[in-house]
Amino acid sequence: MNYDVIVIGGGPAGMAAALQAQENGATRVLILERDTFLGGILMQCIHTGFGLHYFKEELSGPEFAHRFIEKIEANPAIEVKLDTMVLDIQSGEPHSIIAVNKADGLMQLSAKSIVLAMGCRERPRGALNIAGARPAGVLSAGTAQKYVNMDGYLPGREVVILGSGDIGLIMARRMTFEGAKVKMVCELMPYSGGLTRNIVQCLNDFDIPLKLSTTVVDIHGGDRVTGVTIAQVDDNRRPIPGTEEHVPCDLLLLSVGLIPENELSRAAGLAIDPITGGALVNEACETEIPGIYACGNVLHVHDLVDYVALEAEVAGAAAAQFAMRNSQCATGDYVATRGENGVRYVVPQRVNKQADAPITLYFRVGQVYANASVQVRAGDKILAKERRARITPGEMEHLMVKPEQLADCNELVVEVVA
Amino acid sequence: MMELNMVCVACPMGCQLTAQIEGDELINVTGQNCGRGVAYARAEVANPARGFHSTLRVLGGDLPMVSVKTAQPVPKHSLMDCAAATRGITANAPIAVGDVLLRDIAGTGVDLVATTRVAAHG
Repeated sequence: MNYDVIVIGGGPAGMAAALQAQENGATRVLILERDTFLGGILMQCIHTGFGLHYFKEELSGPEFAHRFIEKIEANPAIEVKLDTMVLDIQSGEPHSIIAVNKADGLMQLSAKSIVLAMGCRERPRGALNIAGARPAGVLSAGTAQKYVNMDGYLPGREVVILGSGDIGLIMARRMTFEGAKVKMVCELMPYSGGLTRNIVQCLNDFDIPLKLSTTVVDIHGGDRVTGVTIAQVDDNRRPIPGTEEHVPCDLLLLSVGLIPENELSRAAGLAIDPITGGALVNEACETEIPGIYACGNVLHVHDLVDYVALEAEVAGAAAAQFAMRNSQCATGDYVATRGENGVRYVVPQRVNKQADAPITLYFRVGQVYANASVQVRAGDKILAKERRARITPGEMEHLMVKPEQLADCNELVVEVVA
Repeated sequence: MMELNMVCVACPMGCQLTAQIEGDELINVTGQNCGRGVAYARAEVANPARGFHSTLRVLGGDLPMVSVKTAQPVPKHSLMDCAAATRGITANAPIAVGDVLLRDIAGTGVDLVATTRVAAHG
Protein backbone atom coordinates (compact mmCIF):
# COMPACT_ATOMS: atom_id res chain seq x y z
CA MET A 1 0.00 0.00 0.00
CA ASN A 2 1.47 3.31 -1.11
CA TYR A 3 0.84 6.69 0.48
CA ASP A 4 2.08 10.22 -0.01
CA VAL A 5 2.25 10.96 3.71
CA ILE A 6 1.92 8.53 6.62
CA VAL A 7 1.40 10.12 10.04
CA ILE A 8 2.27 7.99 13.07
CA GLY A 9 -0.01 8.95 15.97
CA GLY A 10 -3.60 10.25 15.92
CA GLY A 11 -3.37 12.81 18.71
CA PRO A 12 -3.50 16.57 18.17
CA ALA A 13 -0.10 16.66 16.44
CA GLY A 14 -0.91 13.79 14.09
CA MET A 15 -4.36 15.10 13.20
CA ALA A 16 -3.15 18.67 12.58
CA ALA A 17 -0.25 17.36 10.46
CA ALA A 18 -2.51 15.08 8.38
CA LEU A 19 -5.02 17.84 7.64
CA GLN A 20 -2.28 20.25 6.66
CA ALA A 21 -0.59 17.60 4.49
CA GLN A 22 -3.82 17.12 2.56
CA GLU A 23 -4.31 20.88 2.20
CA ASN A 24 -0.81 21.13 0.77
CA GLY A 25 -1.43 18.67 -2.02
CA ALA A 26 -0.98 15.19 -0.60
CA THR A 27 -3.78 13.05 -2.02
CA ARG A 28 -3.13 9.83 -0.07
CA VAL A 29 -2.65 10.47 3.63
CA LEU A 30 -2.79 7.77 6.32
CA ILE A 31 -2.94 8.16 10.10
CA LEU A 32 -1.82 5.16 12.16
CA GLU A 33 -3.17 5.25 15.74
CA ARG A 34 -2.68 2.55 18.36
CA ASP A 35 -5.71 3.45 20.50
CA THR A 36 -9.33 2.71 19.56
CA PHE A 37 -10.13 6.39 18.90
CA LEU A 38 -8.48 9.52 17.54
CA GLY A 39 -7.60 12.37 19.90
CA GLY A 40 -4.77 10.92 21.94
CA ILE A 41 -4.27 12.07 25.51
CA LEU A 42 -6.54 15.09 24.92
CA MET A 43 -9.49 12.73 25.36
CA GLN A 44 -8.68 12.24 29.05
CA CYS A 45 -7.88 15.94 29.64
CA ILE A 46 -11.47 16.90 30.44
CA HIS A 47 -10.56 20.25 32.02
CA THR A 48 -10.70 23.44 29.98
CA GLY A 49 -7.83 25.70 29.00
CA PHE A 50 -7.15 24.33 25.53
CA GLY A 51 -7.52 26.30 22.31
CA LEU A 52 -7.14 29.88 23.57
CA HIS A 53 -4.44 30.60 20.99
CA TYR A 54 -5.53 28.25 18.21
CA PHE A 55 -9.33 28.63 18.28
CA LYS A 56 -9.45 31.88 20.31
CA GLU A 57 -11.79 30.22 22.78
CA GLU A 58 -11.42 28.05 25.84
CA LEU A 59 -12.18 24.39 25.20
CA SER A 60 -11.81 21.11 27.05
CA GLY A 61 -9.37 18.54 25.68
CA PRO A 62 -12.07 16.35 24.08
CA GLU A 63 -13.69 19.41 22.46
CA PHE A 64 -10.34 20.53 21.04
CA ALA A 65 -9.76 17.03 19.65
CA HIS A 66 -13.34 16.78 18.36
CA ARG A 67 -12.87 19.77 16.04
CA PHE A 68 -9.96 17.99 14.35
CA ILE A 69 -11.69 14.58 14.38
CA GLU A 70 -14.72 15.99 12.53
CA LYS A 71 -12.48 17.49 9.84
CA ILE A 72 -10.58 14.23 9.42
CA GLU A 73 -13.77 12.18 9.17
CA ALA A 74 -15.08 14.55 6.50
CA ASN A 75 -11.87 14.36 4.46
CA PRO A 76 -11.84 11.49 1.94
CA ALA A 77 -8.10 11.93 1.24
CA ILE A 78 -7.22 11.04 4.85
CA GLU A 79 -7.47 7.38 5.83
CA VAL A 80 -7.30 6.36 9.50
CA LYS A 81 -6.26 2.99 10.88
CA LEU A 82 -7.12 2.66 14.59
CA ASP A 83 -5.96 -0.12 16.93
CA THR A 84 -2.81 -0.21 14.84
CA MET A 85 0.69 -0.52 16.23
CA VAL A 86 3.68 0.62 14.21
CA LEU A 87 6.58 -1.77 14.74
CA ASP A 88 9.35 -0.37 12.55
CA ILE A 89 10.34 2.40 10.19
CA GLN A 90 12.86 1.77 7.42
CA SER A 91 14.08 4.91 5.72
CA GLY A 92 14.55 4.89 1.96
CA GLU A 93 12.90 6.11 -1.21
CA PRO A 94 10.09 5.65 -0.50
CA HIS A 95 10.17 5.08 3.26
CA SER A 96 8.70 1.88 4.60
CA ILE A 97 6.58 1.27 7.71
CA ILE A 98 5.79 -2.08 9.30
CA ALA A 99 2.54 -2.01 11.28
CA VAL A 100 0.08 -4.53 12.67
CA ASN A 101 -3.59 -4.63 13.64
CA LYS A 102 -6.28 -7.28 14.08
CA ALA A 103 -8.11 -6.61 10.81
CA ASP A 104 -5.20 -6.25 8.38
CA GLY A 105 -2.61 -8.38 10.16
CA LEU A 106 1.00 -7.46 9.50
CA MET A 107 1.32 -4.68 6.93
CA GLN A 108 4.18 -3.17 5.00
CA LEU A 109 3.24 0.38 4.00
CA SER A 110 5.25 2.72 1.84
CA ALA A 111 5.27 6.50 2.19
CA LYS A 112 7.03 9.29 0.31
CA SER A 113 7.19 11.14 3.61
CA ILE A 114 6.49 10.29 7.25
CA VAL A 115 5.37 12.51 10.11
CA LEU A 116 6.37 11.26 13.57
CA ALA A 117 3.65 12.34 16.03
CA MET A 118 3.81 9.67 18.74
CA GLY A 119 3.66 12.06 21.68
CA CYS A 120 5.28 11.34 25.02
CA ARG A 121 5.00 9.10 28.05
CA GLU A 122 5.19 9.84 31.76
CA ARG A 123 8.37 9.22 33.69
CA PRO A 124 7.65 6.15 35.84
CA ARG A 125 8.51 5.28 39.45
CA GLY A 126 11.44 3.18 38.27
CA ALA A 127 13.16 6.32 36.98
CA LEU A 128 13.08 7.98 40.41
CA ASN A 129 14.89 5.51 42.69
CA ILE A 130 12.41 5.89 45.54
CA ALA A 131 13.18 3.38 48.27
CA GLY A 132 10.55 1.26 49.97
CA ALA A 133 7.91 -1.33 49.22
CA ARG A 134 6.33 -2.06 45.86
CA PRO A 135 2.64 -1.96 46.78
CA ALA A 136 -0.37 -1.21 44.58
CA GLY A 137 -1.46 2.42 44.65
CA VAL A 138 1.61 4.08 43.15
CA LEU A 139 0.56 5.47 39.77
CA SER A 140 1.62 8.10 37.32
CA ALA A 141 -0.80 11.04 37.37
CA GLY A 142 -1.84 10.43 33.77
CA THR A 143 -2.69 6.81 34.52
CA ALA A 144 -4.92 7.97 37.37
CA GLN A 145 -6.43 10.52 34.97
CA LYS A 146 -7.33 7.72 32.56
CA TYR A 147 -8.83 5.57 35.35
CA VAL A 148 -10.99 8.45 36.62
CA ASN A 149 -11.96 10.24 33.39
CA MET A 150 -12.12 7.46 30.81
CA ASP A 151 -12.85 4.30 32.78
CA GLY A 152 -14.79 5.71 35.73
CA TYR A 153 -12.73 4.29 38.59
CA LEU A 154 -11.41 6.20 41.61
CA PRO A 155 -7.94 4.76 42.31
CA GLY A 156 -7.65 6.08 45.89
CA ARG A 157 -9.18 8.25 48.61
CA GLU A 158 -6.21 9.73 50.48
CA VAL A 159 -3.72 11.07 48.01
CA VAL A 160 -0.15 12.37 48.04
CA ILE A 161 1.15 13.76 44.76
CA LEU A 162 4.87 13.86 44.02
CA GLY A 163 5.81 16.40 41.36
CA SER A 164 4.03 19.63 40.52
CA GLY A 165 3.84 19.19 36.76
CA ASP A 166 0.56 20.23 35.19
CA ILE A 167 -0.94 16.74 35.13
CA GLY A 168 -0.29 16.36 38.87
CA LEU A 169 -1.89 19.73 39.61
CA ILE A 170 -4.90 18.96 37.41
CA MET A 171 -5.32 15.58 39.10
CA ALA A 172 -5.18 17.21 42.56
CA ARG A 173 -8.34 19.13 41.67
CA ARG A 174 -9.94 16.22 39.82
CA MET A 175 -9.47 13.78 42.71
CA THR A 176 -10.87 16.45 45.07
CA PHE A 177 -14.00 16.79 42.91
CA GLU A 178 -14.42 13.01 43.02
CA GLY A 179 -14.41 13.03 46.82
CA ALA A 180 -10.81 12.07 47.54
CA LYS A 181 -8.67 14.00 50.03
CA VAL A 182 -5.49 15.32 48.42
CA LYS A 183 -3.13 15.87 51.33
CA MET A 184 -0.28 17.63 49.58
CA VAL A 185 1.73 18.09 46.42
CA CYS A 186 5.49 17.64 46.99
CA GLU A 187 7.97 19.22 44.58
CA LEU A 188 11.68 18.38 44.61
CA MET A 189 12.64 21.70 43.02
CA PRO A 190 12.30 25.10 44.76
CA TYR A 191 9.70 26.08 42.11
CA SER A 192 6.74 24.36 40.49
CA GLY A 193 7.09 22.72 37.11
CA GLY A 194 3.48 23.53 36.23
CA LEU A 195 1.67 26.58 34.92
CA THR A 196 1.05 29.26 37.56
CA ARG A 197 -2.67 29.29 36.73
CA ASN A 198 -2.84 25.61 37.67
CA ILE A 199 -1.25 26.29 41.08
CA VAL A 200 -3.99 28.88 41.64
CA GLN A 201 -7.04 27.05 40.35
CA CYS A 202 -6.08 23.47 41.23
CA LEU A 203 -4.28 23.87 44.59
CA ASN A 204 -4.94 27.28 46.14
CA ASP A 205 -8.69 27.16 45.39
CA PHE A 206 -8.93 23.94 47.42
CA ASP A 207 -6.33 24.74 50.12
CA ILE A 208 -4.08 21.89 48.96
CA PRO A 209 -0.54 22.59 50.24
CA LEU A 210 2.35 22.74 47.75
CA LYS A 211 5.54 21.69 49.53
CA LEU A 212 8.54 22.93 47.53
CA SER A 213 12.05 21.44 47.97
CA THR A 214 10.37 18.32 49.33
CA THR A 215 10.42 14.75 48.06
CA VAL A 216 9.20 11.26 48.89
CA VAL A 217 12.02 9.18 50.40
CA ASP A 218 10.11 6.02 51.35
CA ILE A 219 6.94 4.20 50.36
CA HIS A 220 5.18 2.01 52.93
CA GLY A 221 2.66 -0.79 52.58
CA GLY A 222 2.22 -4.45 51.71
CA ASP A 223 -0.40 -5.20 49.06
CA ARG A 224 -1.54 -1.56 49.11
CA VAL A 225 0.35 1.64 49.85
CA THR A 226 -0.39 2.78 53.43
CA GLY A 227 1.75 5.90 53.53
CA VAL A 228 4.88 7.67 52.42
CA THR A 229 7.79 9.35 54.16
CA ILE A 230 8.52 12.83 52.85
CA ALA A 231 11.62 14.91 53.56
CA GLN A 232 12.91 18.35 52.71
CA VAL A 233 15.89 18.53 50.34
CA ASP A 234 18.96 20.78 50.31
CA ASP A 235 20.28 22.89 47.43
CA ASN A 236 21.73 19.75 45.85
CA ARG A 237 18.32 18.04 46.08
CA ARG A 238 19.55 15.63 48.75
CA PRO A 239 17.12 14.79 51.59
CA ILE A 240 17.96 16.66 54.83
CA PRO A 241 18.22 14.20 57.75
CA GLY A 242 15.79 15.00 60.55
CA THR A 243 13.14 16.54 58.29
CA GLU A 244 11.37 13.23 57.57
CA GLU A 245 7.62 13.14 58.10
CA HIS A 246 5.23 10.20 57.73
CA VAL A 247 2.11 10.88 55.69
CA PRO A 248 -0.61 8.19 55.64
CA CYS A 249 -2.20 7.72 52.20
CA ASP A 250 -3.65 5.00 49.94
CA LEU A 251 -2.50 6.53 46.67
CA LEU A 252 0.76 8.12 45.55
CA LEU A 253 0.58 9.92 42.21
CA LEU A 254 3.75 10.74 40.28
CA SER A 255 3.85 13.80 38.06
CA VAL A 256 7.57 13.96 37.52
CA GLY A 257 8.09 14.72 33.89
CA LEU A 258 7.35 13.53 30.39
CA ILE A 259 9.62 11.72 27.98
CA PRO A 260 9.12 11.91 24.19
CA GLU A 261 8.36 8.42 22.90
CA ASN A 262 11.07 7.96 20.30
CA GLU A 263 11.61 4.20 20.03
CA LEU A 264 10.49 4.29 16.38
CA SER A 265 12.63 7.35 15.64
CA ARG A 266 15.68 5.52 16.99
CA ALA A 267 14.78 2.44 14.97
CA ALA A 268 14.71 4.65 11.88
CA GLY A 269 18.26 5.73 12.69
CA LEU A 270 17.57 9.24 13.98
CA ALA A 271 19.87 10.82 16.55
CA ILE A 272 18.05 12.06 19.68
CA ASP A 273 18.80 15.43 21.34
CA PRO A 274 19.85 14.53 24.91
CA ILE A 275 18.04 17.55 26.35
CA THR A 276 14.73 17.59 24.45
CA GLY A 277 14.57 13.81 24.12
CA GLY A 278 13.39 14.36 20.54
CA ALA A 279 14.86 14.25 17.06
CA LEU A 280 17.03 17.04 15.63
CA VAL A 281 14.98 19.09 13.18
CA ASN A 282 15.06 22.14 10.93
CA GLU A 283 12.50 24.97 10.82
CA ALA A 284 10.13 22.76 8.79
CA CYS A 285 10.31 20.00 11.46
CA GLU A 286 12.33 17.84 9.05
CA THR A 287 14.66 15.40 10.81
CA GLU A 288 18.13 14.44 9.63
CA ILE A 289 16.55 11.89 7.28
CA PRO A 290 14.99 13.67 4.26
CA GLY A 291 11.24 13.12 4.16
CA ILE A 292 10.87 12.19 7.84
CA TYR A 293 9.34 14.92 10.01
CA ALA A 294 8.66 15.13 13.76
CA CYS A 295 6.23 17.38 15.62
CA GLY A 296 4.39 17.80 18.91
CA ASN A 297 5.43 16.12 22.15
CA VAL A 298 7.54 13.48 20.40
CA LEU A 299 9.83 16.32 19.29
CA HIS A 300 9.90 18.23 22.58
CA VAL A 301 7.39 18.38 25.42
CA HIS A 302 4.98 21.30 25.06
CA ASP A 303 2.83 22.93 27.75
CA LEU A 304 0.03 23.92 25.40
CA VAL A 305 -1.68 21.86 22.73
CA ASP A 306 -2.20 25.05 20.72
CA TYR A 307 1.52 25.16 19.96
CA VAL A 308 1.55 21.43 19.26
CA ALA A 309 -1.07 21.94 16.56
CA LEU A 310 0.74 24.93 15.06
CA GLU A 311 4.06 23.07 14.98
CA ALA A 312 2.36 19.99 13.48
CA GLU A 313 0.85 22.09 10.69
CA VAL A 314 4.35 23.20 9.73
CA ALA A 315 5.46 19.55 9.67
CA GLY A 316 2.38 18.38 7.75
CA ALA A 317 2.72 21.05 5.08
CA ALA A 318 6.43 20.34 4.62
CA ALA A 319 5.81 16.58 4.47
CA ALA A 320 3.25 17.09 1.69
CA GLN A 321 5.57 19.39 -0.25
CA PHE A 322 8.35 16.82 0.04
CA ALA A 323 6.02 14.02 -1.07
CA MET A 324 4.83 16.04 -4.07
CA ARG A 325 8.45 17.00 -4.87
CA ASN A 326 7.81 20.72 -4.58
CA SER A 327 10.44 21.21 -1.92
CA GLN A 328 14.19 21.60 -2.22
CA CYS A 329 14.75 18.67 0.17
CA ALA A 330 17.14 19.06 3.05
CA THR A 331 20.08 20.46 1.11
CA GLY A 332 19.79 24.05 2.34
CA ASP A 333 22.31 26.50 3.69
CA TYR A 334 21.87 25.89 7.41
CA VAL A 335 22.58 27.87 10.57
CA ALA A 336 22.75 25.96 13.88
CA THR A 337 20.81 27.22 16.91
CA ARG A 338 22.00 26.96 20.50
CA GLY A 339 20.83 27.97 23.96
CA GLU A 340 23.13 29.95 26.24
CA ASN A 341 22.93 31.97 29.49
CA GLY A 342 20.03 30.09 31.03
CA VAL A 343 18.40 28.68 27.89
CA ARG A 344 18.43 24.87 28.11
CA TYR A 345 17.45 24.03 24.56
CA VAL A 346 16.25 25.49 21.29
CA VAL A 347 14.00 23.77 18.71
CA PRO A 348 14.59 23.73 15.74
CA GLN A 349 18.27 22.85 16.12
CA ARG A 350 19.07 24.21 12.64
CA VAL A 351 17.37 26.71 10.36
CA ASN A 352 17.56 27.15 6.61
CA LYS A 353 18.70 30.58 5.40
CA GLN A 354 16.44 30.09 2.38
CA ALA A 355 13.29 29.37 4.43
CA ASP A 356 10.28 31.07 2.85
CA ALA A 357 8.43 32.07 6.04
CA PRO A 358 9.28 33.58 9.45
CA ILE A 359 10.88 31.00 11.75
CA THR A 360 9.64 30.33 15.29
CA LEU A 361 12.34 29.30 17.77
CA TYR A 362 10.90 27.41 20.77
CA PHE A 363 12.98 27.18 23.94
CA ARG A 364 12.96 26.61 27.69
CA VAL A 365 15.00 28.12 30.51
CA GLY A 366 16.62 26.19 33.39
CA GLN A 367 15.51 28.38 36.30
CA VAL A 368 13.03 31.12 37.24
CA TYR A 369 13.74 34.70 36.08
CA ALA A 370 11.84 37.88 36.96
CA ASN A 371 11.93 40.99 34.76
CA ALA A 372 14.38 39.68 32.20
CA SER A 373 14.57 39.65 28.43
CA VAL A 374 14.99 36.82 25.98
CA GLN A 375 16.86 37.40 22.76
CA VAL A 376 18.16 35.78 19.60
CA ARG A 377 21.74 36.79 18.82
CA ALA A 378 24.02 36.11 15.86
CA GLY A 379 27.56 37.12 16.82
CA ASP A 380 26.96 40.55 18.38
CA LYS A 381 23.88 41.30 16.29
CA ILE A 382 20.52 41.05 18.11
CA LEU A 383 17.88 39.60 15.75
CA ALA A 384 14.95 39.51 18.16
CA LYS A 385 14.47 40.60 21.76
CA GLU A 386 11.43 40.59 24.03
CA ARG A 387 10.93 41.53 27.66
CA ARG A 388 9.23 39.09 30.06
CA ALA A 389 7.88 39.80 33.55
CA ARG A 390 8.56 36.20 34.47
CA ILE A 391 10.26 33.24 32.78
CA THR A 392 9.99 29.78 34.30
CA PRO A 393 11.20 26.31 33.26
CA GLY A 394 7.58 25.14 33.23
CA GLU A 395 6.52 27.58 30.50
CA MET A 396 7.87 27.21 26.97
CA GLU A 397 8.98 30.44 25.34
CA HIS A 398 9.28 31.38 21.68
CA LEU A 399 10.81 34.12 19.55
CA MET A 400 10.55 34.71 15.80
CA VAL A 401 13.27 35.51 13.29
CA LYS A 402 12.98 36.23 9.57
CA PRO A 403 15.04 34.26 7.04
CA GLU A 404 16.44 37.50 5.55
CA GLN A 405 18.06 38.24 8.94
CA LEU A 406 20.15 35.09 8.64
CA ALA A 407 22.24 36.00 5.56
CA ASP A 408 25.67 36.37 7.26
CA CYS A 409 24.99 34.32 10.39
CA ASN A 410 27.13 31.39 11.48
CA GLU A 411 25.13 30.49 14.57
CA LEU A 412 21.95 31.62 16.32
CA VAL A 413 22.20 31.92 20.10
CA VAL A 414 19.04 32.18 22.20
CA GLU A 415 19.69 33.57 25.69
CA VAL A 416 18.33 35.30 28.76
CA VAL A 417 19.61 38.81 29.47
CA ALA A 418 18.93 40.90 32.58
CA MET B 1 -7.72 51.27 49.63
CA MET B 2 -6.03 47.87 49.59
CA GLU B 3 -3.65 46.19 47.15
CA LEU B 4 -4.17 42.55 46.27
CA ASN B 5 -1.77 40.37 44.24
CA MET B 6 -3.36 37.63 42.16
CA VAL B 7 -2.60 35.40 39.20
CA CYS B 8 -5.07 35.62 36.34
CA VAL B 9 -6.34 32.15 35.40
CA ALA B 10 -8.22 33.26 32.29
CA CYS B 11 -5.57 31.72 30.06
CA PRO B 12 -2.30 29.78 30.42
CA MET B 13 -0.19 32.96 30.37
CA GLY B 14 -0.94 33.39 34.08
CA CYS B 15 -0.40 37.17 34.31
CA GLN B 16 0.59 38.43 37.76
CA LEU B 17 -2.00 41.09 38.56
CA THR B 18 -1.96 43.79 41.20
CA ALA B 19 -5.49 44.93 42.00
CA GLN B 20 -6.31 48.05 43.99
CA ILE B 21 -9.60 47.52 45.76
CA GLU B 22 -11.97 49.56 47.88
CA GLY B 23 -14.35 47.19 49.71
CA ASP B 24 -15.74 44.92 46.98
CA GLU B 25 -14.94 47.35 44.20
CA LEU B 26 -11.99 47.21 41.85
CA ILE B 27 -10.36 50.64 41.49
CA ASN B 28 -7.43 49.73 39.26
CA VAL B 29 -5.51 46.70 38.04
CA THR B 30 -2.01 46.39 36.56
CA GLY B 31 0.04 43.52 35.13
CA GLN B 32 -2.51 42.13 32.66
CA ASN B 33 -1.64 41.55 29.01
CA CYS B 34 -5.23 41.71 27.79
CA GLY B 35 -8.74 42.78 28.73
CA ARG B 36 -9.55 39.41 30.23
CA GLY B 37 -7.21 40.25 33.11
CA VAL B 38 -9.36 43.24 34.07
CA ALA B 39 -12.53 41.16 33.94
CA TYR B 40 -10.84 38.43 35.97
CA ALA B 41 -9.68 40.87 38.66
CA ARG B 42 -13.15 42.44 38.87
CA ALA B 43 -14.81 39.02 39.27
CA GLU B 44 -12.13 37.84 41.71
CA VAL B 45 -12.84 40.79 43.99
CA ALA B 46 -16.64 40.71 43.78
CA ASN B 47 -17.64 37.11 43.04
CA PRO B 48 -14.88 34.68 42.01
CA ALA B 49 -16.02 32.22 39.34
CA ARG B 50 -14.50 29.06 37.87
CA GLY B 51 -15.38 26.55 35.19
CA PHE B 52 -16.38 23.14 36.53
CA HIS B 53 -15.56 19.93 34.66
CA SER B 54 -16.22 16.30 35.45
CA THR B 55 -17.52 13.06 33.96
CA LEU B 56 -20.86 11.23 34.01
CA ARG B 57 -21.42 7.52 33.65
CA VAL B 58 -22.93 6.58 30.27
CA LEU B 59 -25.66 4.00 29.70
CA GLY B 60 -25.69 2.17 26.36
CA GLY B 61 -22.69 3.94 24.86
CA ASP B 62 -19.45 2.94 23.15
CA LEU B 63 -17.56 4.70 25.97
CA PRO B 64 -18.19 4.14 29.71
CA MET B 65 -17.89 7.83 30.65
CA VAL B 66 -18.74 11.17 29.05
CA SER B 67 -16.81 14.31 29.91
CA VAL B 68 -18.85 17.39 30.86
CA LYS B 69 -18.32 21.05 31.69
CA THR B 70 -20.45 23.90 32.91
CA ALA B 71 -21.62 26.04 29.98
CA GLN B 72 -20.42 29.11 31.90
CA PRO B 73 -18.22 29.58 34.97
CA VAL B 74 -19.97 28.99 38.29
CA PRO B 75 -19.31 30.75 41.63
CA LYS B 76 -16.07 29.39 43.09
CA HIS B 77 -17.79 28.54 46.39
CA SER B 78 -20.25 26.25 44.57
CA LEU B 79 -17.62 24.03 42.91
CA MET B 80 -17.87 21.25 45.49
CA ASP B 81 -21.70 21.41 45.34
CA CYS B 82 -21.42 20.94 41.56
CA ALA B 83 -19.11 17.98 42.14
CA ALA B 84 -21.63 16.41 44.54
CA ALA B 85 -24.47 17.03 42.05
CA THR B 86 -22.74 15.02 39.31
CA ARG B 87 -22.23 11.90 41.46
CA GLY B 88 -24.62 9.06 40.70
CA ILE B 89 -25.98 10.82 37.60
CA THR B 90 -26.04 8.86 34.35
CA ALA B 91 -26.44 9.94 30.73
CA ASN B 92 -27.98 7.93 27.90
CA ALA B 93 -26.10 7.45 24.62
CA PRO B 94 -26.00 8.71 21.93
CA ILE B 95 -24.53 11.99 23.15
CA ALA B 96 -23.28 14.87 20.98
CA VAL B 97 -20.77 17.53 22.01
CA GLY B 98 -22.76 20.39 23.51
CA ASP B 99 -25.78 18.30 24.63
CA VAL B 100 -27.18 19.56 27.94
CA LEU B 101 -26.94 16.64 30.37
CA LEU B 102 -27.96 18.40 33.60
CA ARG B 103 -29.89 21.67 33.88
CA ASP B 104 -29.19 24.29 36.54
CA ILE B 105 -26.42 22.39 38.32
CA ALA B 106 -26.43 22.86 42.11
CA GLY B 107 -28.80 25.84 41.83
CA THR B 108 -26.22 27.93 39.98
CA GLY B 109 -28.52 28.53 36.99
CA VAL B 110 -25.79 27.08 34.75
CA ASP B 111 -26.20 23.93 32.61
CA LEU B 112 -23.80 21.01 32.43
CA VAL B 113 -22.95 20.14 28.80
CA ALA B 114 -21.21 17.18 27.17
CA THR B 115 -17.70 17.71 25.79
CA THR B 116 -17.26 14.24 24.25
CA ARG B 117 -19.24 12.50 21.55
CA VAL B 118 -20.54 9.07 22.59
CA ALA B 119 -22.17 6.76 20.06
CA ALA B 120 -24.90 4.32 21.04
CA HIS B 121 -23.44 0.87 21.65
CA GLY B 122 -23.81 -1.12 18.44
